[in-house]
Amino acid sequence: MTFGTAAAAGLLNLSVAQASIGEPEKEDLKFGFIKLTDMAPLAIAYEKGFFEDEGLYVTLEAQANWKVLLDRVIDGQLDGAHMLAGQPLGATIGFGTQAHIITAFSMDLNGNAITVSNEIWEQMKPHIPKDADGKPVHPIKADYLKPVVEKYKAEGKPFNMGMVFPVSTHNYELRYWLAAGGIKPGYYAPHKGDTSGKLDADALLSVTPPPQMPATLEAGTIYGYCVGEPWNQQAVFKGIGVPVVTDYEIWKNNPEKVFGVSSKWAENYPNTHKRVVKAMIRAAKWLDENNNANRPEAVKILSQPNYVGADYEVIANSMTGSFEYEKGDKRDVPDFNVFFRYNATYPYYSDAIWYLTQMRRWGQIPDQKPDSWYMDIAKKVYRPDIYAEAAQSLIDDGVMDASDFPDFATEEGFREPQTHFIDGITYDGRQPNDYLKQFKIGLKNDETL
Amino acid sequence: MLILKHTGVPLIGLLAFLFVWHIGAQNINTSLGTFPGPAQVYQQSLTLIEEHTAERQKEEAFYQRQEARNAKKLEKNPDATIKIRPYTGSPTFFDQILTSLITVMAGFILASVIAIPLGIMIGLNSTLYSAINPLIQLFKPVSPLAWLPLVTMVVSAVYTSDDPMFAKSFITSLLTVSLCSLWPTLINTAVGVSGISKDLQNVSQVLRLGWLTHVIKIVIPASIPAVFTGLRLSLGIAWMVLIAAEMLAQNPGLGKFVWDEFQNGSSDSLGRIMVAVLAIGFIGFLLDRLMLVIQRKVSWDKSSALR
Repeated sequence: MTFGTAAAAGLLNLSVAQASIGEPEKEDLKFGFIKLTDMAPLAIAYEKGFFEDEGLYVTLEAQANWKVLLDRVIDGQLDGAHMLAGQPLGATIGFGTQAHIITAFSMDLNGNAITVSNEIWEQMKPHIPKDADGKPVHPIKADYLKPVVEKYKAEGKPFNMGMVFPVSTHNYELRYWLAAGGIKPGYYAPHKGDTSGKLDADALLSVTPPPQMPATLEAGTIYGYCVGEPWNQQAVFKGIGVPVVTDYEIWKNNPEKVFGVSSKWAENYPNTHKRVVKAMIRAAKWLDENNNANRPEAVKILSQPNYVGADYEVIANSMTGSFEYEKGDKRDVPDFNVFFRYNATYPYYSDAIWYLTQMRRWGQIPDQKPDSWYMDIAKKVYRPDIYAEAAQSLIDDGVMDASDFPDFATEEGFREPQTHFIDGITYDGRQPNDYLKQFKIGLKNDETL
Repeated sequence: MLILKHTGVPLIGLLAFLFVWHIGAQNINTSLGTFPGPAQVYQQSLTLIEEHTAERQKEEAFYQRQEARNAKKLEKNPDATIKIRPYTGSPTFFDQILTSLITVMAGFILASVIAIPLGIMIGLNSTLYSAINPLIQLFKPVSPLAWLPLVTMVVSAVYTSDDPMFAKSFITSLLTVSLCSLWPTLINTAVGVSGISKDLQNVSQVLRLGWLTHVIKIVIPASIPAVFTGLRLSLGIAWMVLIAAEMLAQNPGLGKFVWDEFQNGSSDSLGRIMVAVLAIGFIGFLLDRLMLVIQRKVSWDKSSALR
């Protein structure tokens, strides 16, 4: 036995005893991801050996865009993937590609921002109130973008903006922010074959894959975009745009990516699925441990070309608890990326229902649905039961503590009504229809297009 | 004098290119920094070699951990089935080169296997030629980027197996390469076959050779130079098509390496892409030389302009 194997064997003795969950049915797994910092739990679970501790041999592969990623999970080329929370929901209700995708693991909270080009920023700036130091007062609302959009409209020029996918968090965040400032982001009408989302729009939103956002902004095709990190900080470093608002300011601690697998895969490989979730829970905890003490190491891993690949400084800017708005205007946002705190990994039904309300609000769900329908879909897609088994196994293994998790005996899957929205509206997941009634812009009740 | 012409002049050309590149690069400011010059590209190629070595070390450690884990499993249960899993790390630049080379050769061979016999048949039979010619003219100019979505969808639908021998991405790349690269071989073979000199055909008729013997003894040897001209063109096209297909479909290979680097948007990305560009060019050149060597060995016509 060489020294290497002896050392490896020594480490193994410390690793977890696999008590309650049986052997994995499938050991070779391939997971897809998009080059964004919020894929971190996957990279950490791989690099720190958490997958191997579960007896899983995982390959991680970057995908070109969200559509390719979803298609490859559906046709089985990928066992699972880092997904937009809206993707399993959209696929299950049949908006876009129809397929039953589920999630038992929520990957993070927050992590996105809205960036506008330098040109637009110059036009917005005169309208924005300044603090004593002459810096803009945050959060910056879309009210200050409105005169710019109106000017473009009056001149007959389309005001183009980018988001990453029709059912993406970014689409809904950008729409939320615009609508809160009185700018109409346009409706979808899938029943009429219109899936461009530009009906009755002041700002025209189109799809651009995350890593291409800065290049598309630079080329002048779009005037602004909503995307995850590091593609907002990249715009600052490249000097081509200014992030105006983070999603943390639009909705404090909003749920973001999920880990999605097809429901057939989950049925065929239940032990494998739970073991994957176990490894990822450990990774998420590692990322937030000791007040983000591990973040610099995580940034170093993410900056490898096979993961996110952007420069260390660019990724570190947001991952280590700060965010740089206009060049030189760096502010503390300790919760810009949350991976474990505030039960970030638990798949709450209320998170799923929020996405469904936004799909209804913008016409992706063309007709009114009863509140019970929202609950049914959420239960079909979000699987806290699988999460709870994985978490319980980690507690039994002695790797984690029951206090790290919600109390599974009483948890019903609903967060307390949330009030931290930029427009001051309260969200209660138990009453989706009542929630929709509060918006000035957006479909509500039995409105159709 | 001869030495000067064969090594001196190309060397001057190369140096002039490096000089122009060096000067030109300094004057192009992209949002990812200045365009990489020869020095940065050299630096990046060293980094790529280092990364390759580091990855191999990680691979070794991976297998050692796996052995240890398997040993432990056997200790607990002597009847447990043990498998050695292949390394799960990401492919390096050199792994991607190897993948691309294997794919392009497979696609090229498939294209040749279809194109040469078909070319001989339509070259021999003018009716068949008239029937197939419109199809050749229609499909020859189609870009790989147009084929790719169709090929991808068809492969996904048709090639289903729980334990496939080849990855779907490999099949997709291979078919796209074949579809785009078979035309030059097909056309050149047909032209070569139909243009066999009357003397040879008369010889064949005088000897009353059977159809198959006629093809083997007369047609194939006579059309070899034309076939190889086609094959060289096809291989060049196959290599170009493959890189484009890999970039668009994210299939493993050099094309994916370039696309990933473009997406990374790191300050090193442009330098690394430039290394890949030079590698693609150099490999394309080597492939062409390889075909030339084979052509010289096989062809009786040593005088045909081999450049």
